[in-house]
Amino acid sequence: MTRRGVTRNLDIVIAGASLERVPEFLTDERKSGRTPGMTEPAVGEKRILARADFPIFLGALRDLGYRVVGPTVRDGAIVYGPITRVEDLPIGWTERQDAGAYRLDRRSDGALFGYVVGPHSWKKYLFPAHERLWTASREGSRFAMAPEPVDGPSFAFLGVRACELASIAIQDRVFARAGDPGYAARRTRTLRIAVQCGQAGGTCFCASMGTGPAVGPSHDLALTEILTPQRHSFLVEVGSVAGARVLATVPLWPATAEDERAVERIVARTAASMGRRMDVSGIRDLLVNNPGHPRWELVGQRCLACTNCTMVCPTCFCQTTEEVPNLSGEKVERWRRWDSCFNSAFSELHGSPIRKSTSSRYRQWMTHKLATWHDQFDSSGCVGCGRCITWCPVGIDITEEVAAIRVAPATPRAAGDRT
Amino acid sequence: MNAPSLETPNPWLLAPYSVQERKAETADTATIVLAPPTGHPPLRFEPGQFNMLYLFGVGEIPVSICGDPTDPEHVVHTIRSAGRISAALGGVTTGATVGVRGPYGTGWPIEEATGKDVVIVAGGLGLPPLRPVLLEMLRRRDRYGRIEIIYGAKSPRDLVYYDQIQAWRARSDLRFQTTVDTAGPDWYGDVGVVTTRLPDSRFEPKNTIALICGPEIMMKLAAQALVQRGVDRNAIWVSLERNMKCAIGLCGHCQFGSDFVCRDGPVVRYGTVERAFAFREL
Repeated sequence: MTRRGVTRNLDIVIAGASLERVPEFLTDERKSGRTPGMTEPAVGEKRILARADFPIFLGALRDLGYRVVGPTVRDGAIVYGPITRVEDLPIGWTERQDAGAYRLDRRSDGALFGYVVGPHSWKKYLFPAHERLWTASREGSRFAMAPEPVDGPSFAFLGVRACELASIAIQDRVFARAGDPGYAARRTRTLRIAVQCGQAGGTCFCASMGTGPAVGPSHDLALTEILTPQRHSFLVEVGSVAGARVLATVPLWPATAEDERAVERIVARTAASMGRRMDVSGIRDLLVNNPGHPRWELVGQRCLACTNCTMVCPTCFCQTTEEVPNLSGEKVERWRRWDSCFNSAFSELHGSPIRKSTSSRYRQWMTHKLATWHDQFDSSGCVGCGRCITWCPVGIDITEEVAAIRVAPATPRAAGDRT
Repeated sequence: MNAPSLETPNPWLLAPYSVQERKAETADTATIVLAPPTGHPPLRFEPGQFNMLYLFGVGEIPVSICGDPTDPEHVVHTIRSAGRISAALGGVTTGATVGVRGPYGTGWPIEEATGKDVVIVAGGLGLPPLRPVLLEMLRRRDRYGRIEIIYGAKSPRDLVYYDQIQAWRARSDLRFQTTVDTAGPDWYGDVGVVTTRLPDSRFEPKNTIALICGPEIMMKLAAQALVQRGVDRNAIWVSLERNMKCAIGLCGHCQFGSDFVCRDGPVVRYGTVERAFAFREL
């Protein structure tokens, strides 16, 4: 098995060294003898945050009332959860990813963000998998309905990758057009702290989708982890007023031209190590014009319709609603939960599904994601994060499927199963 | 930051309408008339649009609006018992409360039909969603050319709006043909699918708007027959039906190609879906 684009790591554990304590000699900002600044930077400005000061940065987020969530190791994977101290981050961890394969691995250093994306995405906070929409109670022959309150914690998303910023922007458009109040409230309260990827994963193809690896302009703060044998610090770019406010009480050093060049080198290295690529030229017409392509049958034979790809996808927004009465029948709650176009009930009409075959469901998912999404929301629905490839139990690779349809596209008129 | 707006009203909430009247149409189909709660603005709609209807403790489904568009104080729905929720909604009694949100979706092309012959083809429960547009056209009868209606049902027992159909059939400024798939010896009307009535219909193909609603296969065949007669694909309109959970373009269930049927439909030009109709399971 080739592990394209994955940094090969040996299980090196630094003997006796606690990974969370950064030796003083590693932070040249500190040994420079200069004093860090403590003034709030302006939007667009860049500063250096020493690794040793990362706990202060987390404290500043907490002091402003943010609930910090970010990557953490759980059940053999890097998932998103509460981050209360820097040690909650996957320090010194990385992962290997390929089609249908994910393994954690030790790094030889103490990087805080030395991995890419796991099975979770930020949509679990902005669009919870299970969410109450309203409650109603019986009042005689009538009912009274109360909307679900939209208050809640302000999350600081720590470690949002470039592809994930793009996926949040995509879901913003989907939910804004529908006027969904819960999503809007949570999204407005959220602080997005981006992190540049220092390496690409084995199933990554953000460079093909134009969403990365460089973090785009829409973020609150963007960190680039600069880690050499001599130094461990972060270049911080301020993306919004809310982001700047966090930095007001954090010791920061000025960023030099050499620091900015280091960031460019990191992004270039990541771009050069993409595990996958997808040719997206003319992809909307390619897929819309090929519903009868024989490849759909082939992929349908492999696909288990397990819905994993749609659950891990950071942009998949399909959902269903449930009526949940209490035992007395006097109160009712309306819940929504994630749904998937791979479920047979998804397209059910008058008791039977419109998309009976697995191949028709895969065709719907991929055509929507890569083609009709453009018509609906003016962008692709795919950000190239590779999750659907990694977490597919049979290793179906969306980039490979596109390439297969591209090889021998059927002509629109001759295509397929005309009834 | 382009965060979504917080200013929009909550789209998930339903207003409690009260059932004023219920009339059984057939063994499995009933028409209910709903009145808005006191102080609630009347439900103005375009013919062809639908509402989400909700029964407390049971659930919510999309149902076409079937009433008179000039009478928004009476919200009329004809519901066939096809599942748990539609069975419960069709069985409500006077005074019961039905939650309503809407209207949603696109309407029939009333403006575009001005000055043209109109062919309306309805199959089964496809007639109720076409009733508002027919009422509207008859209200301003002089704006349209010939009006030809073909209504097909499974059997004479499955015909809805029986009294109203008799009244329409008695008019001389429209032609209302009724046909059924199967009938006993007590049926003196036509037997056969709706397309068998098209050759008898009189309209100027190049100056015609066709409105079709019914099962997908029937809409497809009727549209093909009209195209054969020379009607432009984009002058033919069909009303799509898909699974829907939200009606606000969010649940994803109703997608049909690039369209969210709840938002971009249900009423669409046949020309835009002709290719998709050709593929199974799309």
